[in-house]
Amino acid sequence: MKYIEDIGSYFLMLKKVFSNPTKTSVLKDLILKEIEDLIIGSIPIVAFISFFVGGVVAIQTALNIDNPLIPSYLIGFATRQSIILEFAPTFISVIMAGKVGSFITSSIGSMRVTEQIDALEVMGVNSLNYLVYPKIVALLLYPFVIAIAMFLGIFGGWVAGVYGGFSSSDAFIQGLQQDFIPFHILYAFIKTSVFAFILATVPSWQGYYMKGGALEVGKASTNAFVWTSVLIILANYIITQLLLS
Amino acid sequence: MIKVENIKKSFGEEEILKGISTTFDKGKTNLIIGQSGSGKTVLLKCLIGLFEPNDGLIYFEDKVLKKMNDEDRRNLREDIGMLFQGGALFDSMTIEENVMFPLKMFSSQKKSEMLERVNEVLKRVNLENVNNKFPSEISGGMQKRVSIARAIVNKPKYLFCDEPNSGLDPNTAIVIDNLIQEITHEYNITTIVVTHDMNSVMEIGEKIVFLKNGLLVWQGTNDEIFKTDNDDVTKFVYSSDLFKKIRDLQVKKS
Repeated sequence: MKYIEDIGSYFLMLKKVFSNPTKTSVLKDLILKEIEDLIIGSIPIVAFISFFVGGVVAIQTALNIDNPLIPSYLIGFATRQSIILEFAPTFISVIMAGKVGSFITSSIGSMRVTEQIDALEVMGVNSLNYLVYPKIVALLLYPFVIAIAMFLGIFGGWVAGVYGGFSSSDAFIQGLQQDFIPFHILYAFIKTSVFAFILATVPSWQGYYMKGGALEVGKASTNAFVWTSVLIILANYIITQLLLS
Repeated sequence: MIKVENIKKSFGEEEILKGISTTFDKGKTNLIIGQSGSGKTVLLKCLIGLFEPNDGLIYFEDKVLKKMNDEDRRNLREDIGMLFQGGALFDSMTIEENVMFPLKMFSSQKKSEMLERVNEVLKRVNLENVNNKFPSEISGGMQKRVSIARAIVNKPKYLFCDEPNSGLDPNTAIVIDNLIQEITHEYNITTIVVTHDMNSVMEIGEKIVFLKNGLLVWQGTNDEIFKTDNDDVTKFVYSSDLFKKIRDLQVKKS
């Protein structure tokens, strides 16, 4: 019963987020700040993880190819497919559920605990529009982060493959170009956009409706990570089933 | 003027407010007092629209809050200033940005005009040279004064204060009390203060409403509260050793 209530309250929250908008000049500043916090602030960790995981994918693929009949360009091919289809959009999003999700929940939750949200409401500000809408708009740029993750993941694979002595540069690049299906990029960005919406709204819901004090802010952040990750994985399954099968 | 008629509010099975009717006068500091759990803060939150009463009517001048449309409610909220118990300053904003916030949201003034008004109200609450500090960099008393400045920057008609003295030393508490009263008279606004601090009652209680277990059991002025024979009120007033000693001294003298 509680889950049904929670789902209902999530959708009611979404309705309020898009109603009674905040003054445009104020909103513009809020969106720019959220872009800085959520997008630009995430690029270093995304770049670091993508580069090294890309390298590991290339090495693992190379180490598992024992048969001399399997062409060495398969390393580039497997790296490209793994990074574009799953690693960059899905697993980076799960990592972002930890980074961005807990940041959103704890910042909104702290505002709830210290009555700052009440202060907004008393002043006649639609607190949900003020706090959540700029996050949704900022995360429209999330596919840009994933594009960087794709590029750096493949680049990390190339560096590990070539400089680790597992593949020649030509073979790796041939693998990257082998059987390339442009729709896979579109598929990755479609699901990235869905994940971005989940990343912006689920942690906001957790923070906005939390009750209690500092300890509960911590619990809400953990719940936000768990539920955002679960929804991302579920959405990933559904979108893949719809678009690729 | 704010009038409440038979306000009731429950949370689940528990009835917190059991039918409260009274009037809060314009140009006066109206105090809602009572022990913890008597329903003071719930009544305040009903008045400012954070809680919807289960029954009863709240009048702002001659308009009923429940019957106001969205536009009226928005306009009303622009007329409300609120001082929260913990200050509720936005901790990611500087003092200047905090005080300017209501102006940025609701006025069409130029930045220079807004800045002028911000400096004017900060000066009014005796705060200067703190514009670029963050709330965490100033004392609790200063935070309360910033919160008052933010509450009055938009020239409200109604000022609500939830336990404005909590966490403050007695001297600072008196400064805040006096500031609230001075502003009430200066702007001729309806001020409602929720408190259980007897010093505040003595200092600024121009009208006092006493709640017990969700019921209004007494109302009067700060002179009358020391003369009443209402048991609940006398128990509350003389629960402080200081007031007990003053009363005993007066009895001895007489």
